[in-house]
Amino acid sequence: MCNVCGCGAGEARIEGQSLQPGHAGGGLMAYRRLRSRNERQHLPADSRWVAVGSPVAPSGEKPLGESEASLLPSAAPAGLIHYGQGAAGGEVPGMSQARMVRIEQDILGRNNVHAARNRAWLAVRGILALNLVSSPGSGKTSLLVRTIEALRTRIPLAVVEGDQQTSFDAERIRATGAPALQINTGKGCHLDARMVEQALEKLSPVEESVVLIENVGNLVCPAAFDLGEAAKVVVLSVTEGEDKPLKYPDMFAAARLMLLNKVDLLPYLSFDVDKALDFARRVNPGLEIICLSATTGSGFSAWLDWIEARRRETLALRHSAPLTCNLPSGPESHADRC
Amino acid sequence: MHEMSLAENIRQIIEEAGCRQGFGRVRTVILEVGALAAVEPESLRFCFDLVMKDSIADGARLQIDSVPGQGQCLQCGKTVPVAALYDPCPCCGCYEVQATLGTGMRVRELEIE
Repeated sequence: MCNVCGCGAGEARIEGQSLQPGHAGGGLMAYRRLRSRNERQHLPADSRWVAVGSPVAPSGEKPLGESEASLLPSAAPAGLIHYGQGAAGGEVPGMSQARMVRIEQDILGRNNVHAARNRAWLAVRGILALNLVSSPGSGKTSLLVRTIEALRTRIPLAVVEGDQQTSFDAERIRATGAPALQINTGKGCHLDARMVEQALEKLSPVEESVVLIENVGNLVCPAAFDLGEAAKVVVLSVTEGEDKPLKYPDMFAAARLMLLNKVDLLPYLSFDVDKALDFARRVNPGLEIICLSATTGSGFSAWLDWIEARRRETLALRHSAPLTCNLPSGPESHADRC
Repeated sequence: MHEMSLAENIRQIIEEAGCRQGFGRVRTVILEVGALAAVEPESLRFCFDLVMKDSIADGARLQIDSVPGQGQCLQCGKTVPVAALYDPCPCCGCYEVQATLGTGMRVRELEIE
């Protein structure tokens, strides 16, 4: 696990080849991460986990306490470790002594509040916002540049760029003449709705325009954070593996459209297009898919048509139902706070 | 998913609830996390302990209750258990299963002093 942010704790499910099955009864087994170099050297190099109570802990290492043990993953049969089936799943002792308060509040609720405000703000202005997500290097920025060049005479466009650092991408977009705003997330690995709210306020996109949001290159976290967009568009390039939809299913499940980019390189690669599309549809049966190349422009008309179709929907909604909303730039309501 | 952001949201939820309901200390935080919510419980625990420092939930115990995933098969129409988003329908074997439950997460209860 990353000791800075706690992300990447590894794999919710690990193939069990380096584990030591058979120490615990009932087919269930608790493991703990080896804590010191001294401790690790007692096992093969690839062993990072050890069964609780196993004899490898050298002298001087304290045995695992009960509270610590409750944080550990348990291994189900067939060599799989499953986090979250440990003691923490049980009842809370002594609970009758204390007062219980039901909260029932969505953990992403605050983000969702901002996302809903963004969505209303965009809808009232007839602005179509698309959230482009992918791994780093899939060609999002090149795709945006070509998209802007193709559409800018017909549709006003603006871009919100998300990157951990630098404003290189926004500069590339501005070179096309389209307004662009760069968000640097610093240590963050995704854009959230509050960042986009502030970006929209600064960028002031014109009414009935299209706002393209290029999220941080990351196939994990941006899946969970609604920005208020009309749709997430996931970009997969053929220089990646065709199994990415299965390896990062949340992103492909959250997207409405998948763009398979860099198809001009297919003759030089062993990428199996049918397999990739099949895997993507396994994760998201309703996923729309367009194969294209931002370099040669092949398949681009289908993508441009898709944007125009979504824009027509946005405009139809604006003209059919008069909407009202508060500006996202207004001060946030603190009525529910003390 | 980014568990640090989630832990910070949990802290906000707890502090706002503490303000509204006027309690001082939280002993246990009970979360409900969907099996398909892409949350790593161990990572969330790590972040939780760090983020709750100096809050009313400093040192609080974190209980994570898992909500199993469920989906609807678009082919046979049945509601089926889903362990992973790419799982086939256990009834008809097709992959057109739309997840319907177990994708969310929330703070369900607090045990307070």
